[in-house]
Amino acid sequence: MEKLKSIWRTLRKPSVHFSLGFLVIGGFIAGIIFWGGFNTALELTNTEAFCISCHEMKNNVYEELRSTIHFSNRSGVRATCPDCHVPHKWTDKIARKMQASKEVWGKIFGTVNTREKFEDKRRELAEHEWKRLKANDSLECRNCHNFDYMDYSLQGPRAANMHSTALASGEKTCIDCHKGIAHHLPDMQGVEGWQ
Amino acid sequence: MKKISLFVSALCLAYSVNVLAADTGVISLRNGALEENAPAETMKDFPKQNDSVGINYVNQPPLIPHSIRDYRIDTRSNKCLSCHSLKNFKAMKATKISTTHFVSRDGEVLSDVSPRRYFCLQCHVPQVDAKPLVGNDFKPAGALAE
Repeated sequence: MEKLKSIWRTLRKPSVHFSLGFLVIGGFIAGIIFWGGFNTALELTNTEAFCISCHEMKNNVYEELRSTIHFSNRSGVRATCPDCHVPHKWTDKIARKMQASKEVWGKIFGTVNTREKFEDKRRELAEHEWKRLKANDSLECRNCHNFDYMDYSLQGPRAANMHSTALASGEKTCIDCHKGIAHHLPDMQGVEGWQ
Repeated sequence: MKKISLFVSALCLAYSVNVLAADTGVISLRNGALEENAPAETMKDFPKQNDSVGINYVNQPPLIPHSIRDYRIDTRSNKCLSCHSLKNFKAMKATKISTTHFVSRDGEVLSDVSPRRYFCLQCHVPQVDAKPLVGNDFKPAGALAE
């Protein structure tokens, strides 16, 4: 307690040795370095190379993604892991990153470090993502797919029917129908719209 | 002696290779000499959505008139049934799965698709507009021909 008080007293005292200019400019530069470093580190964890540096991601979900239309297609535009799994908005991104600390725990203790363990957890993990996308109205889908510019006449009759009714009214969101478009599905027993 | 026999057998081998490689005059189905690799055909794309394709003979499994890219069927999920099952076909305006698919191999009628009929693509396949390599004069008979 005595120590804390002395620290507080020091902090309250005006600087004796350093000029005001030095403190202001020095603080400004230190701020840039800290903030820039933080964001750079954050962006580094937001790359596919970072995701698949763990074999859990590389051998399971990444491998499954490779044959889907979000990976290889006629125009060569593709989605990487963070495009769908990390929100673009800064506050949401930070919230997601804090949640992801649990994934670090999982990595350390090998929660899904074999294919079998991963398969056992697949339904649970999938449900997390379905819940997240349902809650944010499929925000990550809509970063690329904009409902306002959909041309029903270029869609199949079934797709046009669904998009012009359920999706247009906001009653359903992308993930309600488009499950398992990028990864294999878990056992779909009891999931709405499935057998 | 050993050298001569080796020489003779080498000659024989060279001759037989020559004979095999020579133009035999036989033309492959892809219009080339037998020993040539035919140039690869262009990849065929499945039509995204077609009118349904008619059947040619009784009990023919109907063909799939749409693209089925990434429609997975495994023991955990069956994408086909999310439209064609008895539960979903009405809402999806899809063709209904035939109730013959509910019969098990012992003749019991089950309440859902029988495991032996679960893997749709064993019988039902999509079609591309490809010319058959071998001619075929099969004609559907009776009412199916109309």
